[in-house]
Amino acid sequence: MKKPSSQVKTGTFKLKSGLADMLKGGVIMDVVNAEHAKIAEDAGAVAVMALERVPSDIRAMGGVARMSDPKMIKGIQSAVTIPVMAKCRIGHFVEAQVLEALSVDFIDESEVLTPADEQFHISKENFTTPFVCGARDLGEALRRISEGAAMIRTKGEAGSGNIVEAVRHIRTMQSGIAELVDLLEKKNTKKLQMLAREYRVSYELVLKVAKLGRLPVVNFAAGGIATPADAALCMQLGVDGVFVGSGIFKSSNPKKTARAIVDSVAHFNDAKKIALASEDVGEAMKGQEISALQTRLASRGI
Amino acid sequence: MQSLTVGVLALHGDVREHVEAINEAVVNLKISVIVVLVRTAGDLETLDALIIPGGESTTLQKLCEREGMFQKMKKVKNIFGTCAGAILLAKEVLHASEGQKTLELVDIEVDRNAYGRQNESFEKVIKTELGSMNAVFIRAPKITRVGKGVKVLARNGAEIIACEERVGGRYYLATCFHPEYTSSTFHKYFLKEALRKR
Repeated sequence: MKKPSSQVKTGTFKLKSGLADMLKGGVIMDVVNAEHAKIAEDAGAVAVMALERVPSDIRAMGGVARMSDPKMIKGIQSAVTIPVMAKCRIGHFVEAQVLEALSVDFIDESEVLTPADEQFHISKENFTTPFVCGARDLGEALRRISEGAAMIRTKGEAGSGNIVEAVRHIRTMQSGIAELVDLLEKKNTKKLQMLAREYRVSYELVLKVAKLGRLPVVNFAAGGIATPADAALCMQLGVDGVFVGSGIFKSSNPKKTARAIVDSVAHFNDAKKIALASEDVGEAMKGQEISALQTRLASRGI
Repeated sequence: MQSLTVGVLALHGDVREHVEAINEAVVNLKISVIVVLVRTAGDLETLDALIIPGGESTTLQKLCEREGMFQKMKKVKNIFGTCAGAILLAKEVLHASEGQKTLELVDIEVDRNAYGRQNESFEKVIKTELGSMNAVFIRAPKITRVGKGVKVLARNGAEIIACEERVGGRYYLATCFHPEYTSSTFHKYFLKEALRKR
């Protein structure tokens, strides 16, 4: 038996990825004020993302998108009891320090905001607060995990109301993982080492993914989820949960849409329940063809 | 070989970690266990025991209520709840979110998110009645009162962090931390109790 010690550890990777584990099977909703946050909590959201504008409005506004006003974040923290997340710009470690000082529960180093650094993402292991980061493929996900991310989400195409990019990113990541599993089975160490170099991560991390057959942290879908069926599609494709940004508060009935998406994620394999949840929820947000978008948010970050 | 049907409430939370802990415990106990991922009231019918995982207690409660599961959950003879699961078992909850309900099965009062936000989450080696173990507290609740029939199984300083209650042929186990993360000791203990009280 180990000798008991009273040493208290905070900010360990286990605690960071542990909170992400607790969110599995849940829906995280973008909210811009306390009233939205309450709607999200009442619908059964597992966490909220506090931000000044939802992605579709960030698109419409143009200009530089930055971290939200701390006062607005505090307002949301006092309105709900579920975890509160907030976004900082890619590479903007001072915005992250501010969010940590505000005691947000998770920091999203997000491509939805205008990147602050084109070369480096934040060194996330320096923080007590856990980070979630977007990724389009396995290499991107593993680079973020190497930097200390405790949770991954697909980038999708935020604010588009179009699920196609999120689906592409889920599938791309999965085929990347399948390749590693296959190489490990064939004991093709050389190719695994080559891929580690290509992904710019350690061989140990690549080997870990090959052994697990999944990412070593939770992976959510994000970017373009607009309907209960969109959310369940991502779940059936194998993600652990979903982020919904503009999809809820840009729909004609946010309360119903929020609850319908929560129910569809909890029962993602039950089409009858998804049908019931989808009934009479009103109009979903107006989506856009990806080719019609002026700015592709997903291409931000390295 | 003795066998048990154990449900893990699978609507949301750290379900996989509990299933892995059960599987590890089973190897040591030499019993056969059928694990049921519980998502509907119907899934509760054949269970000898139920585990309510960590997650958001408000979300778990809402999803269970929407499925009309509360009454059937109350009929399960053995229930083990960790973190959010412990909140769902408690008779009383402090700092509950508006309209938050629980199963009201265990005579304890639980203070939600009592340790604070994620930055205050911590891990430490604790002493329990089942031995020492590394315990992970994630936005954890505290047990602030226990009834006469409740036995304390672990403390963190003066704070109660694990307890059990036996009431009329039923058995309940509640922890503020996540044993499923670091050990299968509590799962083994729970499965043994469940074998006795089928």
